[in-house]
Amino acid sequence: MCAVAGSKPAVPAKPKKRTIMESRKRALTSRVREIIIKNLFAFLAFISVLLLGLIVLFLFREGLPIFKQISVSQFLFGSAWYPTYNPPEYGIWPLIVGSVIVTVLSCLIAVPFGLLAAVYISEIAPARIKEILKSIIELLAGLPSVVLGFFGMVILAPWMQETFDLPTGLNIVNASVMLAVMAIPTISSISEDALYAVPREYKEASYALGATKYETIAKVAIPAALSGISTAVILGMARAIGETMVVLMVAGGSAAIPRGLFDSVRPMPASIAAEMGEAPFQSGHYHALFATGIVLFFITLAFNLVADHISNRFKEEGSGTL
Amino acid sequence: MNGQPTHSLMKWRYIKQGVFFGVVRFAALIITLALLGIIVFLLAHGWRAITWDFLTLSPMDSMTKGGIMPAIVGTFYLTVGAIIVALPLGVVSAIYLTEYAKQGLFIRIIRVGVNCLAGVPSVVFGLFGLGFFVVFLKFGSSILAGALTLGFLILPTIIGAAEEALKAVPQTFREASLALGVSKWRTISRIVLPSALPGILTGAILGVGRAAGETAPIMFTAAAFFTSVLPRSVFDEVMALPYHIYVLATAGTHIEQTRPLQYGTALVLIALVLGVDLVAIVLRSMVRRKKRW
Amino acid sequence: MIIQTKNVDFFYGAFRALTDVTLDFKKNRVTALIGPSGCGKSTLLRLLNRMNDLIDGTRVEGEILFEGQNIYAPNADPVEIRQRIGMVFQKPNPFPKSIFNNITYAPKLAGIRDRGEIEALVEESLKRAVLWDEVKDILTKSAMTLSGGQQQRLCIARALAMKPDVILMDEPTSALDPISTAKIEELIDTLKKHYTIIIVTHNMQQAARISEYTGFFYMGKLIEFNVTEKIFTNPDAKQTEDYITGRFG
Ligand SMILES: Nc1ncnc2c1ncn2[C@@H]1O[C@H](COP(=O)(O)OP(=O)(O)OP(=O)(O)O)[C@@H](O)[C@H]1O
Ligand SMILES: [Mg+2]
Repeated sequence: MCAVAGSKPAVPAKPKKRTIMESRKRALTSRVREIIIKNLFAFLAFISVLLLGLIVLFLFREGLPIFKQISVSQFLFGSAWYPTYNPPEYGIWPLIVGSVIVTVLSCLIAVPFGLLAAVYISEIAPARIKEILKSIIELLAGLPSVVLGFFGMVILAPWMQETFDLPTGLNIVNASVMLAVMAIPTISSISEDALYAVPREYKEASYALGATKYETIAKVAIPAALSGISTAVILGMARAIGETMVVLMVAGGSAAIPRGLFDSVRPMPASIAAEMGEAPFQSGHYHALFATGIVLFFITLAFNLVADHISNRFKEEGSGTL
Repeated sequence: MNGQPTHSLMKWRYIKQGVFFGVVRFAALIITLALLGIIVFLLAHGWRAITWDFLTLSPMDSMTKGGIMPAIVGTFYLTVGAIIVALPLGVVSAIYLTEYAKQGLFIRIIRVGVNCLAGVPSVVFGLFGLGFFVVFLKFGSSILAGALTLGFLILPTIIGAAEEALKAVPQTFREASLALGVSKWRTISRIVLPSALPGILTGAILGVGRAAGETAPIMFTAAAFFTSVLPRSVFDEVMALPYHIYVLATAGTHIEQTRPLQYGTALVLIALVLGVDLVAIVLRSMVRRKKRW
Repeated sequence: MIIQTKNVDFFYGAFRALTDVTLDFKKNRVTALIGPSGCGKSTLLRLLNRMNDLIDGTRVEGEILFEGQNIYAPNADPVEIRQRIGMVFQKPNPFPKSIFNNITYAPKLAGIRDRGEIEALVEESLKRAVLWDEVKDILTKSAMTLSGGQQQRLCIARALAMKPDVILMDEPTSALDPISTAKIEELIDTLKKHYTIIIVTHNMQQAARISEYTGFFYMGKLIEFNVTEKIFTNPDAKQTEDYITGRFG
């Protein structure tokens, strides 16, 4: 409002004594300037894409050399990760399994909580509580992962160890719970947007047909928001699988394939973060960690592309075809 | 009203609704308690550690005593650096996306790129920073490398927030200015940007909070285990709060002994990050309330 | 007499949208509500099946009786009321589900599970809404693929499947082309044998053509209520006359 009044629109100075040639020149330079600005901005906006390319490039540059030593399938499916032994073994299968397990388990926790919170915020809560809860979820999203990892380490781990009489509280369950805390805000806020976008007409139609609020939510609102909700879940999973500090501090760090939910694991990000500091520069270990980064990168990239695809299809077709 | 057999059905339908609402409220309550629980625990254990000395001294006796001043300073430098990188780039990208081009393959590629960038795990950013800034560009482990890495990490956040802010500026503002014969760029810089400024600021603040709390991206690019001196140039390594917590809690021989320091550092970090986030949230709600165009 | 409103006042927050509306709707008759934009027609209509409950900060005073019972009594259940008083909206609003599932939405909620019964109900409702012949081969297709007029008839069929006594229609043809409009009007004419219909319309000819009773509203007040013929040929109030002859509104 004030912006319009406050800033003087740049009306060209009165062309009193300016010759035609002069004002043409002016118009020309202004047009040239506009073109330059537009292209400059296009280039700067393109930097995000370049960056993505650079990330791939440098991951490959530092990661591919490992495949001079072992094959891709030995790397991906080898079941022994002994990078510092002599001879070293670089099989990241246990790390992949670790990542998958904590991700799936954390989503089993985070999806119901995130979705229910979204339903509460968008459909049920009174206006004030809604605002408060939205802020709470945003703050939860803002908690630094190292703090969550720390919390899991000093509070949850000893408690679990004692209560369930475990050898260690640093295990899959603990990591999954803390990861869920990180994934809930992602899932909830995206699902909430999707529910919010469900046209009011659908809900009114449902009520007018004698549905209760619960029936309207379960049979109309959630199905209509389903693609947005799937996007939310996928992005939540992507968040969990790429999260580092929590699994580094809380998952226990054992690079073996786990037998139970209270075993330790060493998910891929944890392995990278823990070992990069010790891996000699451009050693096999160093390259193997970068190669692990490649795997991680492409997994999350796939998740994001799928999410992007779903939400785009949703946009194009509207909520028309469920 | 009249139907007798429908009555028990009706009751059943309301029971289902009641149960569902109960479950939903319970979930909301648990989430609230999770946040409060984490904060309260850290407060309860950490508040005693927070003293003037703790905030202003360097660590001493192989980090079992003393304060965290270098880590605070380091986090400050890294965060400011990240914003210097991300804010201009993010705002310009957002301007291009919302004001100049709205459709077409080029835009689609950029959008997908930004979305994918937002999804790159922070540890992968760390690897990238290591490979590109530290090794390839020979910055070494330094404020510069760390700030650039963090800056690119928060770039998608900034772009998203700036875009939202720009889209919220009513079309009539642009039309009014363009109709006066004002060029596009001047319209953007004098009319659109000022109106979008509070929203962009909110995004920048959220970006600060995010950058300040990240650990994995700076582990290999900037963070030092311990430095007794403050950095003198952008090519120096620094201590940083998140990394300091990690180091104290997992490395070294005095893990139990330094617990109070760990709690204290964690408390300082969340106070910083949540404080910053809270400022952003309040600012945004103020902007939204005021905005009655 | 199926619905009676007695001294109804209605407020959106502090804004008074209806003042002292007293009105009787006769069973199995078509009643039209007319009046200039913003005079409260939709508001009254949505009061009759408690749709206004869904808007925060609203308040009703007075009584609205449905078959002699106050639908705003503390023990009255809005869900049950809406099952007996169906509603058709201005913009066709089918669910993004198949045609079949649109129709079965309400019956299933009401506890009908038997497949045969449901299929019979779908057919009957669509036939009553004069849509059966057009859609009987595409029942599993999305309702969103139908034309606007078909969608509106689907919405009517969907309401009929609930077996209501009353159907409320809020400008049901204002988003439709003339041919679809004519079809809906025909449909209303056949439906009035079995249902009480209350319709809001901006179209004077439509009101005159299809309704037996007409109420004219102005600024939240019921100015005049009478048999349609009387309203359109010899209204008592000057405001009514001005409105129907197009002098304002
Ligand atoms: N949800 C609402 N909140 C606040 N005021 C409302 C709301 N809905 C309607 N009103 C107000 O109540 C008055 C009556 O509205 P209503 O929709 O009943 O008018 P109407 O006669 O149906 O008009 P139209 O012919 O344009 O549909 C109007 O002044 C309107 O601004
Ligand atoms: Mg209306």
